[in-house]
Amino acid sequence: MAYAKDLTAIRLLIASHKRWDLVFAVCGVLALMVGILTFTALFVDMALEGVPRLSWDFFTNYPSRRAAQAGILSAWVGSCLVMVVTAVVAVPLGVGAGLYLEEYAPKNWVTDVIEINITNLAGVPSIVYGLLALGLFVYQFGFGQSILSAGLTLALLILPVVIVATREAIRSIPVGIREGAYALGATQWQVCKDHIVPYSSAGILTGIIIGMARAIGETAPIITIGALTFIAFLPPSPIKAEPPFISFEWLTSPFTVMPIQMFNWTSRPEAAFLQNAAAAGFVLVFMTLAMNGLAIWLRYRLRKNIKW
Amino acid sequence: MAAVAISSAIEARPGHSAATDVPKAEAKNLSFYYGEYRALTDLDLVVHEHRVTALIGPSGCGKSTFLRCFNRMHDLYPGNRYEGEIRLYPDDTNLLAPSVDPIEVRMRLSMVFQKPNPFPKSIYENVAYGLRVRGDRSGRALDEKVEAALRGAALWEEAKDRLHQLAFNLSGGQQQRLCIARALATDPELLLFDEPTSALDPIATASIEELIAELKKKVTILIVTHNMQQAARVSDYTAYMYLGKLIEFGHTDELFIKPKNKQTEDYITGRFG
Amino acid sequence: MPTPLSSSRLSQRRARIVRERAIEVVLFLAALVSVFTTVGIVYILVKESVVFFQQVSIVDFLTDTQWTPLFDDAHFGIMVLLSGTLTSSVVALAIAIPLGTVIAIYLSEFAPFKVREIAKPFLELLGGVPTIVYGFFALLFVTPVLQWFYPALPGFNLLSAGIVMGIMIIPYVSSISEDAMRAVPMNLREGSYAMGATRFQTATRVVVPAAFSGIASAYILGISRAVGETMILAVAAGMQPNLTFNPLEPAATITAYIVQVALGDLPHGSIGYQTIFAAGLTLMLFTLACNIGGHLLRKRFRETY
Repeated sequence: MAYAKDLTAIRLLIASHKRWDLVFAVCGVLALMVGILTFTALFVDMALEGVPRLSWDFFTNYPSRRAAQAGILSAWVGSCLVMVVTAVVAVPLGVGAGLYLEEYAPKNWVTDVIEINITNLAGVPSIVYGLLALGLFVYQFGFGQSILSAGLTLALLILPVVIVATREAIRSIPVGIREGAYALGATQWQVCKDHIVPYSSAGILTGIIIGMARAIGETAPIITIGALTFIAFLPPSPIKAEPPFISFEWLTSPFTVMPIQMFNWTSRPEAAFLQNAAAAGFVLVFMTLAMNGLAIWLRYRLRKNIKW
Repeated sequence: MAAVAISSAIEARPGHSAATDVPKAEAKNLSFYYGEYRALTDLDLVVHEHRVTALIGPSGCGKSTFLRCFNRMHDLYPGNRYEGEIRLYPDDTNLLAPSVDPIEVRMRLSMVFQKPNPFPKSIYENVAYGLRVRGDRSGRALDEKVEAALRGAALWEEAKDRLHQLAFNLSGGQQQRLCIARALATDPELLLFDEPTSALDPIATASIEELIAELKKKVTILIVTHNMQQAARVSDYTAYMYLGKLIEFGHTDELFIKPKNKQTEDYITGRFG
Repeated sequence: MPTPLSSSRLSQRRARIVRERAIEVVLFLAALVSVFTTVGIVYILVKESVVFFQQVSIVDFLTDTQWTPLFDDAHFGIMVLLSGTLTSSVVALAIAIPLGTVIAIYLSEFAPFKVREIAKPFLELLGGVPTIVYGFFALLFVTPVLQWFYPALPGFNLLSAGIVMGIMIIPYVSSISEDAMRAVPMNLREGSYAMGATRFQTATRVVVPAAFSGIASAYILGISRAVGETMILAVAAGMQPNLTFNPLEPAATITAYIVQVALGDLPHGSIGYQTIFAAGLTLMLFTLACNIGGHLLRKRFRETY
């Protein structure tokens, strides 16, 4: 038995294989570095150019032809209002749909069609949602180029995100809990209301936050609806001084949002406007990062706390 | 009752002469730790060449843990520690030494797992995998080695017409025999079986036990089994383990018919475990 | 002795059943919204496109090499916009697919736990940056850097837009591929390691083939994403339709064109207005084909463990 010779041959072979291991590990780190460096460059670039421009005035001024006096007031107020509509529409629909699919839906072709649709919609480009909104909401239904149309569009856009997050959160609840509740005589809705939704709420919340972070940054569908890029006024306030104290006029008002304001300034050649754009961009990146970061942290806490 | 079943199983086994037994591998003072937890304590065991050695014992006694020390599978997971040695003969290498590469160990030993784990490849490519890892290229030489391995695993007749179909299409018993063929193809010095039939039906189990009896003529086998009767049918030597310690080791017929240790006797007669 | 059900208990029961059914219907309608959305998209795209195709023949649409819908002598060759979409997508995928796959394999098979815990959220953040910011970055940071290497590069070009788009898509490709690889059972990996294979050999010869359907659907999602991206291209590649496959030139993609039209003032019902729906329909058909392709791939190669 020439063990010695065999062993040397084996050892040479293994050494050459392990070199490949090392080469690949290096490639992996380098690839990661591309992403990390790009992100850092982007953030630093935004910060360096934009932060100096940030001031109280910047947040409370309307856009203006004079770059030094321009601000994002109408933009961030518009964004907030649109987000309110988006949330009010997307959360009940998304959670309700997710709940239906996980707890109620029978295994038949109707359920299949619904599930296929949701998967499909997740892959539809956002501008197509804009086209849908333009044709349907703005003209056919007559909502006009308004906050209502924008909010509805974004709600439909993030609906798949909310539905998938809801389903995954519900699926992680063990069958034993459900069975225990049913065994005590609860109806299906009582089990959902008292057990399923509360236990999956953290996961659902994570999905909602991620969806909203996505919606804040969306530009294309809102441009397509016809959000104006130069708005020097605010939509009418929802709170009024006289009865009935709440107004819905703001829903049908023209508006603009943060990403569009940034887009508008980016399209101007003057350096001063580009700096404004960087400032608006920094605010946007900061907000979306904060929301995504919050969602990630929530998910991390979830994993640590829940021990089924 | 159990004793009767076992003794008839022993009588049905072809005999051998103990005098010609040569050690192939030896565990010396082996202890193993999962982090702080000591899973194996001071094991001393000799595995004889061209013989089947069985490890038996109740659930959790450490037999699989012990088996996986031989081919350094524990190195794949963090926090594990070996103490003691496992020596492989005739070159007297300590398989557990930090200076010995686990990959080299795994090239010299082969393992068959409890749940059959064929790769998502064709039958041919499954068997050829170990050879390709060793640098063998496609060609007649490789074809011949694959055929020899499949014959050795008694799978050639069933597989020869569908060598290039996916291995997933085989039945459970066939998949396990494929895994055995894959393990055989590389001419291992020691073949490790980790409860190879516990996921299979009785007919497949019987065919694999027959196979093991044939294989030992060419390979040395160390098999973990939770099924005492299987150990009695198939092995020449048996080791009884309990709570990480080796309680008794000896010729299978002696251990089963006249165990030296009371604990062994209790386990074998079914008083517990 | 069981008490007989009193009539009030019976009517309570009936009310409860009605209430339960009503709730189920409400939830069902919520689920149906997704179907309505798809129907709405198809309806609106087809409705407006039909009007368009009554005035422009499909042959012209597909074969004309000019796209000048607003001129008096209007041309409607979608190829022009398609070339922009294709070129930028190829550049993006040439970055996203290799890097995304390598990252996925590295994180799934090689990286220590701590590295993975930090890298995964980071990649998620990378995918969460608004695309308008990426567009700004491409125009005002990446293009100047590229011009340093190649001074003749125009200020608007498909290359920097494509590069930034590619980096943006990396998280999509890597996270789905990695999930697919992690789903491969440890049993299979152990079988490979037990044969003396190294990490690289196990990853490439066993894990990746086993996770193939998941990885393929990750790629398809990446393609979908690249084709449908709007703002990065609208900002950094310019909005001038240009029939070219050279990434060093400016060009308009299907998506950027739609934005350009929407920014302007087009009366509802004019041919210019309808072009965006025809363009949108083309886009939608392509992404639909991608989705169906991905679905079929998954069905064919699904390995159930």
